[in-house]
Amino acid sequence: MLEIHDLTVMVQNRRVLQNVEMHVSNGETVALFGPNGSGKTSLLSTIMGVPGYRVERGNIIFKGEDITGLAIDERARLGIGMAFQRPPVVRGVKLMDMMRICMDRRGGAGEIDVRRCIEKLNLGEFQDRDINLGFSGGEIKRSELVQLLAQDPDFVMFDEPDSGVDLVSIHLVAKVINELLEKEKSAGRRTKAGLIISHAGHILDYVNADRAYVIMGGNLYCSGNPRDLLEDIKVKGYEGCISCQRQN
Amino acid sequence: MSETELKEQAKKAEKKPSALGIDIDLNAYSVKAEKHEKIDGLNALPGDMKKRSESVGMDADETCRAGSYFQIDHSVIQSAVCQSGLEVMSISNALKEHDWLEDYRWNMIKVDTDKYTAQAELKESEGYFIRALPGAKVEFPVQACLYMSRDGMAQNVHNIVIAEEGAELHMITGCTTGSAVMSGLHVGVSEFYVKKNAQITFTMIHNWSEEMIVRPRSAALVEENGLFLSNYICMKPVKNLQTYPTAYCVGENAIVRFNTILFAHEGSTMDVGSRVYLKARGSRAEVISRALTDGGDIFARGHLIGEVPEIKAHLECRGLMLSEKGTIHAVPELEGRVPNVDMSHEAAVGKIAEEEIHYLMARGLSSDEATAAIVRGFLDVEIKGLPANLEREMKRAIRAGDMNERLM
Ligand SMILES: Nc1ncnc2c1ncn2[C@@H]1O[C@H](COP(=O)(O)OP(=O)(O)OP(=O)(O)O)[C@@H](O)[C@H]1O
Ligand SMILES: [Mg+2]
Repeated sequence: MLEIHDLTVMVQNRRVLQNVEMHVSNGETVALFGPNGSGKTSLLSTIMGVPGYRVERGNIIFKGEDITGLAIDERARLGIGMAFQRPPVVRGVKLMDMMRICMDRRGGAGEIDVRRCIEKLNLGEFQDRDINLGFSGGEIKRSELVQLLAQDPDFVMFDEPDSGVDLVSIHLVAKVINELLEKEKSAGRRTKAGLIISHAGHILDYVNADRAYVIMGGNLYCSGNPRDLLEDIKVKGYEGCISCQRQN
Repeated sequence: MSETELKEQAKKAEKKPSALGIDIDLNAYSVKAEKHEKIDGLNALPGDMKKRSESVGMDADETCRAGSYFQIDHSVIQSAVCQSGLEVMSISNALKEHDWLEDYRWNMIKVDTDKYTAQAELKESEGYFIRALPGAKVEFPVQACLYMSRDGMAQNVHNIVIAEEGAELHMITGCTTGSAVMSGLHVGVSEFYVKKNAQITFTMIHNWSEEMIVRPRSAALVEENGLFLSNYICMKPVKNLQTYPTAYCVGENAIVRFNTILFAHEGSTMDVGSRVYLKARGSRAEVISRALTDGGDIFARGHLIGEVPEIKAHLECRGLMLSEKGTIHAVPELEGRVPNVDMSHEAAVGKIAEEEIHYLMARGLSSDEATAAIVRGFLDVEIKGLPANLEREMKRAIRAGDMNERLM
């Protein structure tokens, strides 16, 4: 579904990603680990096409099409979606408005579907509030997910969906992520794929990831079993974890 | 004050420029206008006139209106009432009918305020008189249209609106020109009286043309437990608009709310403020404005004056700049004249944050659609206490701003 070749990205005058090689297949769920400031959000933003992340080299192929030069909304319409780590407050635009906007793009989906999504994430009391205005950390995560439910992208990226989410809500969050990634279907039948950033990996206790990458200083290192990598990071730290690759 | 004294005072102010806004040469506009014949109902209006008046909230069917008033230039072509406890007529007739009305005229606004008020007294003028009798609940709004049919003319208007004790009155006023009219001067003096336990909601929609000069002069007196709610919407081009409506809370627990929504296109200058004097304990005021520019210049003013203890007042002014051209100058003023007052303001001016646009674009909206969604939200001011059909009318006028064609 997604292939990234030799990707180097600048933000302002700073290189945030270099020579990144990555691929995610249909039906696959990939995790992304890395320390603060290592370039995780930058990678997701670059795939999404957020202006400001300037591609210096390399390209991004989505469903066989080179999307490196496409605008953010064009990518969204092609089926790329993202739950933001820190979305902005949009005054005057209510969560409900956003839901309708996302649904409208898909055509056909009605008011009932909007309500069903809102209920799934227990956001009834937020639907008429300006988006993200005064939302708590956990509420923001749920609000991001509810928008993705409405949007229903094929390639779904989650930037720390478990950070700041309480022990009860994490079930809700996981359930929705599993739904978005069609986890109920067997891998071969899925038409979706996902990329999940997580620090502690809590979400991976509920959402099965097939593979994981580790990123440090803008370089993407090992691709491997998520549990093993997480265990390595816990014991040896990020440096220790990637040392095996550095030696190669 | 006698008629002669008034005229004398006005004469002295004939050349007096307004405290704000560019000075206008009154001689450049003719006060002469042909007489227009009375009509039977607004559906009898010619097409363009009907269309333009509907754009400022007039309901030609008049089914959901308690009364209608229609003035073209200086002729009143319709004044109709469809409910008891309500008076709707021309100010000239009202002055003949009610001796006491002289005491209300030039009472809230001084005739020598500036050359515009002076002109409204000295030159040909007309206007509406609308009054809800004591205890009358006028549920449907009264509609009034002030229409200018001739290019280059000056329309002078003097209105008086009274809600007697315990009465409830909702009004929608639309001011507009024929679509062939390019330039002109509109001077509108309006005096509002909200008696004890009474309320007036006044929604005014303006739809002028590119070369129009507009100088409304409004003031409201609000007695004990009275409510004055004013909504002003001007989304269409105008050359130069300057107004600073002022309300006086003179009775305990009087409430005043001003909502102003402006959209300045390139070539338009709008200088619009709202001022409230809080002169009685427990009185409250809320002034909210939204200023949007696509190349025009806006002064968004607000002035709250707390003269007695235990009053509460808030001013909110937000400005959004859609293009590189145009300016917004927010001037919020708070004046506490005794210590025990609760007054606050917030003002913010800027363009839409790129980050917000990108966020909406990540959900699939184009850049223009994202901008439109944010602008729509920005203009969607919550109006408390307005009847549902007026709120709809107001929203319709807001959305009919020219940005629709470009953005929505
Ligand atoms: N707009 C920007 N301007 C300046 N520096 C930026 C910008 N965006 C990202 N950076 C820098 O790029 C580096 C990578 O940032 P990024 O947000 O991708 O980190 P991250 O891995 O997501 O970190 P975290 O775990 O804290 O979310 C950081 O050092 C950050 O300060
Ligand atoms: Mg991050």
